[in-house]
Amino acid sequence: MNPWLIVLIKSAVLLLVVITSFAYAMLAERKVMGWMQMRPGPNRVGPWGLLQPAVDAVKLIMKEDLTPNTADPLIYRLAPFISLVTAFSVYAVIPFSEPAPGNLWAIGNVNAGILFVLALTSIGVYGISLGGWASGSKYPLLGSVRATAQMISYELSMSMSLIGVLILAGTTSLAGIVDAQHRLWFVIPQFVGFAVYLITAVAETNRAPFDLVEADAELVGGFNTEYSGLRFGLFFIAEYINMLTVSCIATLLFLGGWSPVAGLSIIPGVAWFVAKVALFMFVYVWLRSTFPRIRYDRLMAFGWKVLLPIAMLNLVVTAIVVAFTG
Amino acid sequence: MAPSRKRLFNVIALAKGLAVTFSFMFRKKPTIQYPSVKKQHAPRFHGLHELRRYGDGKERCIGCELCSSACPANAITVVGAENAPADRRSPGERYAARYEIDELRCIFCGMCEEACPTDAIVLTPRFEMADYRRGAFIYAKDRLLVPPEAGLGRPPDERPGGIPEDLGRVADIKSTMDIATGYSATKRGEILKTQRKGLAG
Repeated sequence: MNPWLIVLIKSAVLLLVVITSFAYAMLAERKVMGWMQMRPGPNRVGPWGLLQPAVDAVKLIMKEDLTPNTADPLIYRLAPFISLVTAFSVYAVIPFSEPAPGNLWAIGNVNAGILFVLALTSIGVYGISLGGWASGSKYPLLGSVRATAQMISYELSMSMSLIGVLILAGTTSLAGIVDAQHRLWFVIPQFVGFAVYLITAVAETNRAPFDLVEADAELVGGFNTEYSGLRFGLFFIAEYINMLTVSCIATLLFLGGWSPVAGLSIIPGVAWFVAKVALFMFVYVWLRSTFPRIRYDRLMAFGWKVLLPIAMLNLVVTAIVVAFTG
Repeated sequence: MAPSRKRLFNVIALAKGLAVTFSFMFRKKPTIQYPSVKKQHAPRFHGLHELRRYGDGKERCIGCELCSSACPANAITVVGAENAPADRRSPGERYAARYEIDELRCIFCGMCEEACPTDAIVLTPRFEMADYRRGAFIYAKDRLLVPPEAGLGRPPDERPGGIPEDLGRVADIKSTMDIATGYSATKRGEILKTQRKGLAG
């Protein structure tokens, strides 16, 4: 079979899977947040509210697509697509299960996989900062300025926390990193890196308590204040897909990807992978419904004065240990 | 260490917060799924008004306007008229030719009910009056007066004999449509109907 055709089919299937998991991640978030606030969550549309995402999508599509007079029309209209395309592209290199002979559970197996992921998520910032800047309005501008500052400072600690894993695995290929964890998940030797990654991932995807970029209480809606209808929806999708992405990365790098827990290899690897990603998604929702938004100066202080030194220390210690023990 | 720095490192406090939200996930939810499940309200709940009748079908209201002057929200308009000897609407000399309550002004205090010398105006426990038109909230006699086939109307709370046990029980109502069609759907209405049949028979 033509390899191009295989890649096309895989991409189409993966696109559907990612969009569906976005839709139900959103529903699950609203449900879980509802439970934590002692309410049932959405339950009006379909059994158990299961058709809610479809209804939301229809609502967003039906809404008017507004462009403010003061906006830069081209960039304003382009920005959501930058966010969305970069968010989707990451899935080109993420392996979902053990590669069987002639059957790769990923679109592509890039040997610099983790670098590709980091590069693309960095480009994703452009969507948010350009969107806010091009809106020609003060709150989106503030939001995008915050986005730039926050994401640059947290990306640094995030990359630092990942380098420890790369040193232990000796490879930057995502499948290779999972293979290197067959004896011990990296969450144990790299628990400091794991904690730093978990915190920076929340900041990186602009989620509560680090959601200063959209801070509804102070910035109306932050970078997406002026967006409406489908374009707002695209930002929304991008945010959730980024959440899924960082959950996938955390699963691959720290929780052994598709490797089973307690030797339960009857359950296929994909199921393990999905379960671990779901666990991280739950943590996201849990954090959001527990913590208030952190103040902006504290956020920056925490990123530069706490997380970065810890991540660097972790990196140095890991490097020394690996150098001396082989 | 500065206090702000201390707070920054207080991981135990964060864990405590997380434990609280996690435990709340399994609590019983106090939500009442309103249109399908209805809460039973207090027995003397003040809702929509009702103009009552005597057992022979005559209106109790004698058009004295005491309710109108007692109303703190100026929500009641009464225009009295003389009873025609051939077609007596009420047992007294006069009856209410017009009786209108603006339910948007009404504060549901029940002072009209207290002021009424003939126990004609009472507050029922009905509360689902939502409408898209403002005008629909001016209730005139056509909607306030108990229909002749629906009984005498709900007696006021002060009535000798105490509060009926099933008063204000709307839990039996299956849909909001039943409320729109009137009091006849309630258990109380059924009892009143049978009472009236006994009176007639």
